[in-house]
Amino acid sequence: MTLPPELEQKFSEIIGKYPPQHKRSALVPLLLYSQDALGKITPELVTEVARRVGVFPVQVEEVLTYYSMLHFPKPMGKYHVQICTNVSCQLTGGPELWERACKKLGLGHKEVSADGLISLEEVECIGACSWAPAIQINYDFHHFVTPEKLDELLDNLRQLQ
Amino acid sequence: MADPVKLTIDGIAVEAAPGTLLIEVAREMGKEIPAFCYYEGLTQVAACRMCLVEIDGMPKLMTACTQPVGEGMVVRTETPKLAEARKGTLEFLLTNHPLDCPVCDKGGECELQDMVFRYGAAESRYVEIKHHHEEQQWSPVVYFDPARCILCYRCVRVCSEGMGVNALGIVQRGAYAEIAPNHTDHLNCDECGACIDICPVGALTSDSYRYQTRPWEMNHVGTVCTHCSNGCKTTLGVRNDQILRGNNRDRSGINGEFLCVKGRYAFDFNESDERLTTPMIRKGGKLEPASWSDAIRFVAGKFKQVADAGRRIGVVGSARTTNEENYYLQKFARQVLGTQSIDHQRSGDVVTLLDALAGRQNALATVEDLYQSKAVLVIGTDLAQQHPLLHWQIRANWRHHGAHTYSVTAGPVREDQHTVGAVRAAEGQEIAALEQLRAQLAAEAELAIVFGDSVKGDAVRQLVAFGDSLGIPVKYVCLVDYVNSRGALDMGLTPELEPGYRAAADRGMTLPQMLADEHLAALWVVNADPLRDGALAAKDAFVVVQDLFLTATAQRADVVLPSASLYEKQGTVTNVCGEVQRLKKAAQTMGAKADLEIIGLIAKEMGAAAKMGPWMADKVFTEVQQVVAGYNVPLPVLATGGAAQTAPPSAKIGVETDPALIRSARDTLFTSGTLGSYSRKLDSLLESPGSLYQGEDALALTAQ
Repeated sequence: MTLPPELEQKFSEIIGKYPPQHKRSALVPLLLYSQDALGKITPELVTEVARRVGVFPVQVEEVLTYYSMLHFPKPMGKYHVQICTNVSCQLTGGPELWERACKKLGLGHKEVSADGLISLEEVECIGACSWAPAIQINYDFHHFVTPEKLDELLDNLRQLQ
Repeated sequence: MADPVKLTIDGIAVEAAPGTLLIEVAREMGKEIPAFCYYEGLTQVAACRMCLVEIDGMPKLMTACTQPVGEGMVVRTETPKLAEARKGTLEFLLTNHPLDCPVCDKGGECELQDMVFRYGAAESRYVEIKHHHEEQQWSPVVYFDPARCILCYRCVRVCSEGMGVNALGIVQRGAYAEIAPNHTDHLNCDECGACIDICPVGALTSDSYRYQTRPWEMNHVGTVCTHCSNGCKTTLGVRNDQILRGNNRDRSGINGEFLCVKGRYAFDFNESDERLTTPMIRKGGKLEPASWSDAIRFVAGKFKQVADAGRRIGVVGSARTTNEENYYLQKFARQVLGTQSIDHQRSGDVVTLLDALAGRQNALATVEDLYQSKAVLVIGTDLAQQHPLLHWQIRANWRHHGAHTYSVTAGPVREDQHTVGAVRAAEGQEIAALEQLRAQLAAEAELAIVFGDSVKGDAVRQLVAFGDSLGIPVKYVCLVDYVNSRGALDMGLTPELEPGYRAAADRGMTLPQMLADEHLAALWVVNADPLRDGALAAKDAFVVVQDLFLTATAQRADVVLPSASLYEKQGTVTNVCGEVQRLKKAAQTMGAKADLEIIGLIAKEMGAAAKMGPWMADKVFTEVQQVVAGYNVPLPVLATGGAAQTAPPSAKIGVETDPALIRSARDTLFTSGTLGSYSRKLDSLLESPGSLYQGEDALALTAQ
């Protein structure tokens, strides 16, 4: 599999950070960067990454399915909305936000909109308890989210398109 | 060696080498510390938490499978606290385990069942619905029932570490974690079934055995696998003369628990519908069923007629019959039929090797040597495909002892994963290519060399000369095809050599010469199929065939005699390393007779019974021990299921043999000569890899 030039460069850079005998340690960063750059992780990419770090494809799959921020085999949307319903958020309205988002988007846990633009996931603590309830869209955190703010954020995603 | 460490286990003072694990020391003492994930020979994962022990001074319970011994350590392995802990662990393991023991294949020999029985954790406090996932079929051999899996990682490790195949992984996490095959929903692997055997529960089951029987309903017969020349011991599970299972869980024999797909599943030829069960005589151009007495009388009469007339008789022996049968057959041919034209399909140049090594001690490697030698050189063979036990041994040697592996092969091989020197050389060019490795090899402390049929004739002598020039102790293995290919040579199934590699007084015809001889009056073929890819020139030769199936040769025969398989015989076989092992009769097919008995009956009918001696395996072996040089092996070793290596001839053989006669069938993991084509299981698996020199690509693995 040929990678886009920027990703290819990123790959060399990441693998270069590890001693050759431990290059398999580059597995998680390689997968995360690929997921962001390509939007999804394909079986071809799995084989390619396995080859680069010297492990078997099934071992890459083990890692992919273990980490919740890596999505395989089903990719998530361009905008991945993650709503925390863990303790602090639960006490401050997280579950309500979750239900509201589900209804508004017509999506459930780990479901993707038909156009592939938005996906929804109910997540465990994202480390933003001081600003609960919190949600995360891709890598951006949003604090003290109210139902109105949620609506606004979700509407904005549509417009960003 | 470092001083032993002194410690106390359950009040008993013991000593152990530094670094030994507590669980190993306890097992040595006869104390079974329960464990699911710990497995001798594989890496540690400490996943199951069953092996917890109490150690004085340590605040928490420790896992005995990862805890090395320490000086003055005081360990307790059975206390009420530990019983409570193990019971708790079992309760966790059972949260999603279905408890379908009454229908599970593993019931009766399940490690989880045994532990629950011991610690009494069958009642659960959980009331939640068990997480369930449907059973899946991953290959014609392997089934996976995710609900039963306890995630001990044994299968994953035996596949990656032991086999080097790496076909299994664990995907997802927590309660949803489960084993996954390398190709999403199916396996592309050696289909060896090691994962199934090693599974402590019934999560992985085999197509052959599933829902067939219960373990206690079978007789368990330890015999030798009838397929390749490695001679793995296999324990057959037999019920009502039907072989239902092949494994070697008791780790007895040269192979420990290792078996390949043929040993574990390709016993099904034995129950093939195509097995011959009645003698047949050709009448009016058609083979018609006949009684044993009529058939034997007819054959004996014809043989006598041809022999008395001084006309030419050819005898073709087999690489799949026992030493006793081979010995008896050549004795019959030479002494009763008066012919020196006796041969079989040769698959490796053992004769030249033995000649080149004549008079040397310890120059032939055993299967164990491949696990112990500090360095191993593989020439002209794809071991993982052709000689799976030898591959396993060499890989285990690398895993456990860090042995150096070298290879000179025509293409990628699985040893490449851990090789320290791999050279690619076309067939026949291997010896020249060896020079590239000379410096590295000469620096080794010792070496075991394994070579295939592309090294024959002068090349074998050159190889031995190369070995000598290294200045280190070198041992050799000359690879041959089938279970008794080596024994057939030892027993003198060649026109130029009598038993024990004594030069024959006058030479008869070789196999190709017999087939090409237009004046051949009779051809007797015992468990071989020379006409599969050859033709018989003598149009009116009288042909007698003893075989399990109606092979191409049997279809040409005038008399066909149904013979018993190796699983239905007593006797001995000699493996690729010259190690003799004893067979045990496991089953019986009505109508078929052991080849030894058939030969004996023909001899009796010809009035040669006294000359030939009784056709009983033990009696014949006694004679073999006296007559065949090197076969004076200790009987207690054989009687207890061990393997005894024969000594090579002490003097030069001094007989030229034609290297062109040596041709390996190049069987892979999924073929096995005639037997392979009658095994439905092997047929169903006949896809990739199944071809040689594909290396890791065959498994669609990482191409480095």
